[in-house]
Amino acid sequence: MSTTKPCTPTDGEDNSNGTRRDFLKQTSLLTAIALTPGTVVKAAENQWDEKLAGVFEKQALHLEVNGVKHELMVEPRVTLLEVLREYLDLTGTKKGCDRGQCGACTVHVNGVRVNSCLSLALTNDGKKITTIEGLAKEEELHPMQEAFIKHDGFQCGYCTSGQIMSAVALLKEGHSGSETEIREFMSGNICRCGAYPNIVKAIQEVKGGMV
Amino acid sequence: MNQFQYTRPAETAVAVKSLAKEPNGYFLAGGTNLVDMMKMGLVVPDKLIDINRLPLKKIEKTATGMHIGALASNSEVAEHAYIKAQYPLLALAINAGASPQLRNMATVGGNLMQRTRCPYFFDTAMPCNKRTPGSGCGALEGINRMHALFGASDKCIAVNPSDMNVALAALDATIHVTGVKGPRAIKIGDFHRLPGDHPELDNTLQKGELITSVDLPTASSAYNKHVYYLKIRDRTSYAFALVSVAAALHIENNTITGARLAMGGVAHKPWRLSTAETFLKGKAVNEDNFKHAAQIAMQGAKAYEYNKFKLKLAPNAIVQSLKLATGLAS
Ligand SMILES: Cc1cc2nc3c(=O)[nH]c(=O)nc-3n(C[C@H](O)[C@H](O)[C@H](O)COP(=O)(O)OP(=O)(O)OC[C@H]3O[C@@H](n4cnc5c(N)ncnc54)[C@H](O)[C@@H]3O)c2cc1C
Ligand code: FES
Ligand code: FES
Repeated sequence: MSTTKPCTPTDGEDNSNGTRRDFLKQTSLLTAIALTPGTVVKAAENQWDEKLAGVFEKQALHLEVNGVKHELMVEPRVTLLEVLREYLDLTGTKKGCDRGQCGACTVHVNGVRVNSCLSLALTNDGKKITTIEGLAKEEELHPMQEAFIKHDGFQCGYCTSGQIMSAVALLKEGHSGSETEIREFMSGNICRCGAYPNIVKAIQEVKGGMV
Repeated sequence: MNQFQYTRPAETAVAVKSLAKEPNGYFLAGGTNLVDMMKMGLVVPDKLIDINRLPLKKIEKTATGMHIGALASNSEVAEHAYIKAQYPLLALAINAGASPQLRNMATVGGNLMQRTRCPYFFDTAMPCNKRTPGSGCGALEGINRMHALFGASDKCIAVNPSDMNVALAALDATIHVTGVKGPRAIKIGDFHRLPGDHPELDNTLQKGELITSVDLPTASSAYNKHVYYLKIRDRTSYAFALVSVAAALHIENNTITGARLAMGGVAHKPWRLSTAETFLKGKAVNEDNFKHAAQIAMQGAKAYEYNKFKLKLAPNAIVQSLKLATGLAS
């Protein structure tokens, strides 16, 4: 059963609407003085600054993450990765490059693996997200997690949550027929420690167990 | 990332109207190119119109060929059973690009629209006529290893980075778009443009127009047996092409009855090799003919300081792709 947890950003600036609205009011006022007076006076008369504050405001985001439903308010520029790490304290998903190049941020959205760093949170409204924290059942690790431990599929561990999320998806996608195919379809996950041979072994073991 | 407004319409007409009203607005599809560029400060939109809820995801067989909705993901297209059987070149090209995660997010429309990977375009401290018209071309006299051999101008020598587009060019795709003035169809060859004096324009899509689908003609499905997409890059996987070749031949009794050839990584648009195709028609399947075709394809090529190696790499890649497509190499 899923429960609903109220969510707020865990740290950082005061993001309350009042503060932002006041800030935007002030900045648009300053811009107003600096720019051509005519249009700006008109803007002020029409209370456009108020509208300006309104349009950048946060929007509601509904996510089900690892079986738990969340309703949050986020700015449009926040990525799914940031929501997971900064708002929901699910720091198992890592930020590596933040540009789609390393795969450390890999999560499943409605069962499909994606790079959460390039996905705006709001575009995922209403979706089901699975992160590395959602793979184990209670105390029992997911077979892929077990296999990574058994085969030493990591050294520093930074890429590991992304590797495991990718590997779990890979088996479902059916591109794990040979070592070459596994390597090709795991190529979106970079490991700077070079644990690749053991990662492949771990995947092959779980794949073998499935047949 | 700077602040912007965000809307998520459910109807195509609403999305189109919404963008028409917004001079600095952008459609958001998979976000794999746009969000990346926003993080780099290359694009600073006032508004994003998230098109992911529009009903443009269908992939289906039609009376005239194949209809692929603009929002179908790259993986959905590459894994589609009918596409794999009848248009394998497209599946091969898509799977040669990016990573599985990115292909799950990336859409067909977004892939057509993806911008160049020229390092001068990506570095806001550098001149780039494509990013900042009038600022100059950093690559012309700079590190131009990845750059064009064909159709470049003194304003821009960047290349279109897409793998999918190369296959679409070879398969004679048609791009269907819609805007406030109504729908229209653009042939793939007329969709991307050469840089000329306006390298800031990658294609002929008009401001406010939305790509709704990509259609493939039935005739192209005859090219489904002797097919290869050869991608040459700096590492085995997950890198953009230095040069790529999409090759598909129709063969009867060891005679080539039709050829479809296009190259990636060599021009501002996917580069169809029409003269080489004409040469190959009616010729026997052998390496000499392939070499001759490659020589013809390379006519007019012009290299820069650091991409001279492509003058050798490209024809070799053409020959190799033809050998792989016909089983003369494996
Ligand atoms: C690390 C990395 C490696 C990559 N490697 C490769 C590679 O090897 N080969 C390759 O081919 N590609 C590669 N790509 C690029 C990738 O294929 C593109 O980013 C992707 O196809 C863009 O699609 P999208 O749906 O995410 O577009 P978005 O990022 O959402 O949009 C891109 C642009 O298209 C516009 N747009 C989107 N949909 C429409 C529409 N329907 N109508 C009109 N305009 C629209 C948007 O407004 C935006 O300007 C790579 C990307 C990354 C990040
Ligand atoms: S952090 Fe997302 S791919 Fe590197
Ligand atoms: S284990 Fe260190 S990056 Fe992969």
